[in-house]
Amino acid sequence: MLIYILKRLLSLGLSLVAASVVIFLAIEVMPGDAAQIMLGINASPDAVEALRQELGLNLSIYARYLSWVGGLLSGDFGVSYTYRVPVTEMIGDRVWLSFPMAIYALVLSTLIAFPIGIIAAAKRGSWADWLVMGGTQLGVAIPNFWFAMLAVQLLAIKYHWFSAGGFPGWENPFLAIRALTLPAFVLALPQASILARVMRSSLLDTLSEDFMRTARAKGNTRRQALVKHALRNAMIPVLTILGLQFSFLLAGAIIVEKIFFLPGIGSLIFTAISQRDLIVVESVVMLLVFAVILVTFVVDITYAVVDPRLRRKAR
Amino acid sequence: MMRAFKMPGFLIGFILAGIFVLAAAVSFFWTPDAVDTVDIVNKLHVPDAKNWFGTDHFGRDIFSMIMVGARTSIAVAIVAVGIGMGLGVPLGLAAAARKGSILDEVIMRTNDLIFAFPALLIAIMITAAFGASAVNAIIAIGIFNIPVFARLSRGAALSLWTRDFVLAARVAGKSPAHISFEHILPNILNLLIVQGTIQFSLGILAEAALSYVGLGAQPPTPSWGRMLAESQTMVSFAPHLALFPGMAIVLTVLGLNLMGDALRDLFDPKIRRDRA
Repeated sequence: MLIYILKRLLSLGLSLVAASVVIFLAIEVMPGDAAQIMLGINASPDAVEALRQELGLNLSIYARYLSWVGGLLSGDFGVSYTYRVPVTEMIGDRVWLSFPMAIYALVLSTLIAFPIGIIAAAKRGSWADWLVMGGTQLGVAIPNFWFAMLAVQLLAIKYHWFSAGGFPGWENPFLAIRALTLPAFVLALPQASILARVMRSSLLDTLSEDFMRTARAKGNTRRQALVKHALRNAMIPVLTILGLQFSFLLAGAIIVEKIFFLPGIGSLIFTAISQRDLIVVESVVMLLVFAVILVTFVVDITYAVVDPRLRRKAR
Repeated sequence: MMRAFKMPGFLIGFILAGIFVLAAAVSFFWTPDAVDTVDIVNKLHVPDAKNWFGTDHFGRDIFSMIMVGARTSIAVAIVAVGIGMGLGVPLGLAAAARKGSILDEVIMRTNDLIFAFPALLIAIMITAAFGASAVNAIIAIGIFNIPVFARLSRGAALSLWTRDFVLAARVAGKSPAHISFEHILPNILNLLIVQGTIQFSLGILAEAALSYVGLGAQPPTPSWGRMLAESQTMVSFAPHLALFPGMAIVLTVLGLNLMGDALRDLFDPKIRRDRA
C-alpha cells in the first residue's frame, strides 16, 4: 500500500511540474506586452522599459519560470499587473465562491442521480426507466448557459424563488446558499444526467452477476439484495465518473459565473485575460489544474483502499 | 449499417440531426431572408407567417440565421472531431503496438496531462492567446478530442493484439505499423464511429459555449451560441430570441446522442442482449 501511494505521489508531482511548464509556455506565447498594456499606448518607451525591469519581464525565460514556480511553492502567487495587489488576495475571496459552488453542484448531482439511476435499474423497462433515460438524454443535450437564461427568467425574475445573480457573501449563510442554488443546479444538471446513466448501467451489470443470484438464493428479497450487495459493487465506475466530474464542474463554473454575475474564479480569469493580467491568468489556471490533479490522486487512492486488487496490479 | 435504421432511437436521432445538416446545406443556396442586412423597421417581430421564428433586434430573420448558424456549428464540430481522430487514433495505435515502451508511456502521460486541463479552460486560453475566431475554437475543441480518441483506440487495440489473427499477421512478417492499419484499425472502426458521434455532439455544445462567451465565431457570421448571448438582455420582452437558437442546439445534440447510443447498442452484442 505504501509503495502504491508513493508511486502515485511521484506521478502527482510529475503531473504538476508538466502542467506548470505547459501553462507557463502558453502564457508566454500570448500576444501583448504586460508593461505596455499597464501604461497605455501613449507611455514613453523609457517608462515601459523601467516597468519591465520592475516586473522582471527582462529576465531569461528560465529565470522567470523558476521564480514563478518558487513563488507558488511558498504561497506567493505574485502581484497583479493591473491592480498592483497580491494575486493570493484576489483569489482569496473568490475561491470561497467557486469551490463551494462546485461542491454544492456535485452534491446536487449525486442527490439527483443516485435515486433515479437506482430506480431506473431496479425497474428496468418500466415507464420510470423510460422517463429517466429520456430525461437524462435531454439533460446532457441542454447547454447549461441556455438553461440558466431560461431558469433565471422564470424562477428568479418571474417568481422570485431564487436570486437572479450576484453574491452577498458568506456573512449570512442562508442568503449565500440561496444565491448559489440556481447556479449550482444549472451546473449539476448535465453531470447528474451522465451520473444517473452510469449508475443505471453499472447497477444493471452487477445485477446479472452470479453473487446476486446467491444473495437471492440465501433468502434476501430483491430489495435487500440490491441494497446490500449490488449497490456497493456498482459504485466503482460511479466513483470514477464522480471524480472526473469535479473538473467539468470547475470548468463549467467559468461560464455559469459569467451568466449569474458571480465574483468567482471563472470571472477572475475572464477579466484577467481581457486585461492581459498574465500573472493572474497563470496562477489561477495552475490552481484549477492543481485541484483537478489532486482530485484524481484522491480518487486513485480511494480505489486502492476499496479494491485490494488494484494495489497489487500497480506494483 | 442498414440495420441501424430499424432502431427507433437511431431513426429519431438521424431525422433530428439530419434536419439541421440539411438546413446547413440548403443555407448555402437559399435562406428565406438575408442574414447580413439590417432591417430596423422590422426589428423584434414575434413569429408569424413571414418570419417563422420572428426577427432579432436588427430585424434579421431568425429562421434564416439558425439555418446559417447550423453551418458554423456543424463545420466547427466536424473539423474538431477530425483533428481528434486524425491525431488521436494513430497515437493510440502506436502506443498499443509498442505497449510498455517509452513511446507508449510518453503518449499516455501526455494524454493524462491534457485531461487534467478542464476542456473549456484550454479553449479559453487558446482563444485568448490567438484571438477569438471560429478557427481557434476548432483548434481548441480539437485538442481536447485527441486524448479521447488516443485512449479509446489504445485500449481497444491492446485487446486485439492478443488475438490469433494478429499473431498470424506477425508470423507472416508484417510490421507493427502495417498490422495496426490493416488489421487493428478496421476492427475498432465501430467504436470510433460511436465515439465520433458523441464527440461531434460535445463539439457542438462546446462551440455554442465558446461563441456564447464571445470566443467563437465573430460577427457577422451567425452562430447559435452568439445568438443566445445577444438575446440575453432582451429575453424578458422577446423570449423567442432565446428560444429558437437554444432549441436548435438541444435538438441537434439530442439527435447525435440518440444516434451514438443506438450505434453502440448495435455494435456491442453483449450490451444488446443484456440491456435491451
